[in-house]
Amino acid sequence: MSVVQDLPAPGGRRGGAVRARIGELSSRHRSFSIIVGMALAAAILPVLAAVPPFSSFQTQNAWMDGFTNAGVFVLLALGLNLVVGVAGLLDLGYAAFFAIGAYAYAYAASPFGNQILGIDFKGLLGDSAGLVFWPMLVIGALIAAVFGILLGAPTLRLRGDYLAIVTLGFGEIVPIVFLNSDAVTNGTNGIGGVFRPYLPGLGSFSAVNPWPYYLTMMAVVTVVMIFCYRLAGSRIGRAWEAIREDELAAAANGINTVTTKLLAFALGASTAGIAGVINAAKLTVVSPDQFGFVVSFTVLAMVVLGGMGNFWGVAVGAFVIYTINNVLLKTLNQFFDAVAIPILKDIDFIGLQFLLYGIALVAMMLLRPEGLFPNSRRQRELHAEVIEPGADAMTLPEVTEEGGR
Amino acid sequence: MTASSATAEAPPARTLAGGSVRALVQLAVVVAALAVAFVVLGPEQFINALTLGAIYALVAIGYTMVYGIIELINFAHGDVFMVGTFVSLSVLINLGFTGAVREPLLLVALLVGVFLFSMVVMGLVGVLIERAAYRPLRNAPRLAPLITAIGVSFILQNIVQLFYGPYQTNAPQVFPTAAVVQIGDVRIPILSFFIVAVAVGLMIGLQLFIGRTRLGRAMRSTALDRDAAALMGVNINRTIAITFFIGSALAGAAGVTYGLQYGVTRFDLGFQAGLKAFTAAVLGGIGNQVGAALGGFIIGFIEVGAAAFGYTRWGPAVVFGVLVIVLVFRPAGLLGQQVGERA
Repeated sequence: MSVVQDLPAPGGRRGGAVRARIGELSSRHRSFSIIVGMALAAAILPVLAAVPPFSSFQTQNAWMDGFTNAGVFVLLALGLNLVVGVAGLLDLGYAAFFAIGAYAYAYAASPFGNQILGIDFKGLLGDSAGLVFWPMLVIGALIAAVFGILLGAPTLRLRGDYLAIVTLGFGEIVPIVFLNSDAVTNGTNGIGGVFRPYLPGLGSFSAVNPWPYYLTMMAVVTVVMIFCYRLAGSRIGRAWEAIREDELAAAANGINTVTTKLLAFALGASTAGIAGVINAAKLTVVSPDQFGFVVSFTVLAMVVLGGMGNFWGVAVGAFVIYTINNVLLKTLNQFFDAVAIPILKDIDFIGLQFLLYGIALVAMMLLRPEGLFPNSRRQRELHAEVIEPGADAMTLPEVTEEGGR
Repeated sequence: MTASSATAEAPPARTLAGGSVRALVQLAVVVAALAVAFVVLGPEQFINALTLGAIYALVAIGYTMVYGIIELINFAHGDVFMVGTFVSLSVLINLGFTGAVREPLLLVALLVGVFLFSMVVMGLVGVLIERAAYRPLRNAPRLAPLITAIGVSFILQNIVQLFYGPYQTNAPQVFPTAAVVQIGDVRIPILSFFIVAVAVGLMIGLQLFIGRTRLGRAMRSTALDRDAAALMGVNINRTIAITFFIGSALAGAAGVTYGLQYGVTRFDLGFQAGLKAFTAAVLGGIGNQVGAALGGFIIGFIEVGAAAFGYTRWGPAVVFGVLVIVLVFRPAGLLGQQVGERA
């Protein structure tokens, strides 16, 4: 991936002239470089999946399927990064918006949901009923954003840590509501038979061919990534950062903190809504147990580990963590079962996943709070005491390069 | 959100002795509410609610104390409570007790021993957590300790899961649950009296400790203004460690009572219980121990009430709904004072 070229070179370290040139170009043509980076990633990943050592873990199709699922988490991490990383609002119930997006799609695109809504897309469109997927990407995002505003409007006036608890509570309430409203949500079993997306010329996506889902996912991630970067570099993005650093000072400087925070909340929620729509269209079933607090916390861990505030960082973080969880830990289990090493054989590595998250969260906050792939400005803030005043004139021009697009 | 006057009054550590008229009014309101609850729920559910509320109250006090002193929502606190249930059950099982103990003297000795042991162990766990995960971040951005708290919560849950597995574990109910007091047609378990008495006793002890002792004064002054307290010679680190010790010890006591009352526990018990206890702390006014106790009982009544009217599955949703409503309309809580955002 093109992580290296998109990160501004850390202060003091010299790259080659070529690297500097690429860095300059990519920061001047941000959207274009994101498209190039994502296209490269999208092209390289299938190739990697087909060659050893990766091909020995699982088949290429299984890898592609996994990449698509990882993409769902990349989307979630990107959205949560807007809220937590950029605007500094700790949202612990993020999975609720994921759930809302997924259920929104399930209502629009399943026989059960259509019956509740009183529409019949299957009768109207026949086999191409999956066409609703495309508008639902936008509508799902809007619905999730509306819920984000509904939750945020009263609570964003509160101080930050109360917000964490309210969102945590909201994240618990939403699955409970979906679980207990049997008549309209089918309770525990959830809504099944969700239509797979339909693309004219290609037909309906299928479970056996992972490519359409994969490419759709890559395209959506690219668009969301561009949105995120443009937003973070805009006036709104700078207002978010100001609020994150000091809310009182931001308010004193004329930023309407409530509406600005509300916007971050709504945009973060809408990203989760998109992820929900895609996830529902891929699994073809939505049920309340897919959206527990585990999802919220996993995504939070991804954002923290990837580097709060840095979109490429959290995207890579989410991708890597998802892949480690779902491929490496599984493989470790099989491997140690196979070679029968006494103690290691008995350890359930997948069960350990949350212990690892926990240790990683604590260790990261203590040792490297900026994350594995830090946002350069954030890193300087967090290590402010290390920089002696006036000691290193070279760092000064680079501080501005990010804002100066 | 507007910062109130610079002389922000102390949110935490109110003692029971307030203005006497106001206290009387408050007492009258509480008694009236209890009477209504008694009539609506009936005596047996009323006792259930009191018992559950006592447990929430003990956990809530830990949240409120820690928040009062370092303004941190200690997400791991619910899990400290959960570990407390496991510590007490493993002590009992290792001592060879699996069922009800009918010998009164032995039972008393055993209960005293288990409570002391669990409270000390959990207190030390709390101190360890503070030392390892929170103290290094005391001057970091606010998000950082919140995130380590979540990490600690994960770690505690999964360590317990490693030892006890993901299923329910039976806790020995050494207190005979069959022992009841019969009043007319109503049978009230003695255990309920015992739990409420233990909880109220601990709360009164805590109030006396905070209000009357030197260490309690150090805690109040640290909560009020950490820097000024340090200048006056208060050992801040030690005071905060003691706060964690007491809060976690109370959660440990709550863990013992939970095992005695319900007889089962599970590694993820602390998540929802912690969330409800936090709701209780916010409801009462965070930083205020009396408020936390009051909030705990209110949450107990709400939950039991929801169950009594056939909405068991909606219980958690109702509790969190209450949390959202309280935060929106009265963020300072029932007994709290409005405090502006500290710059």
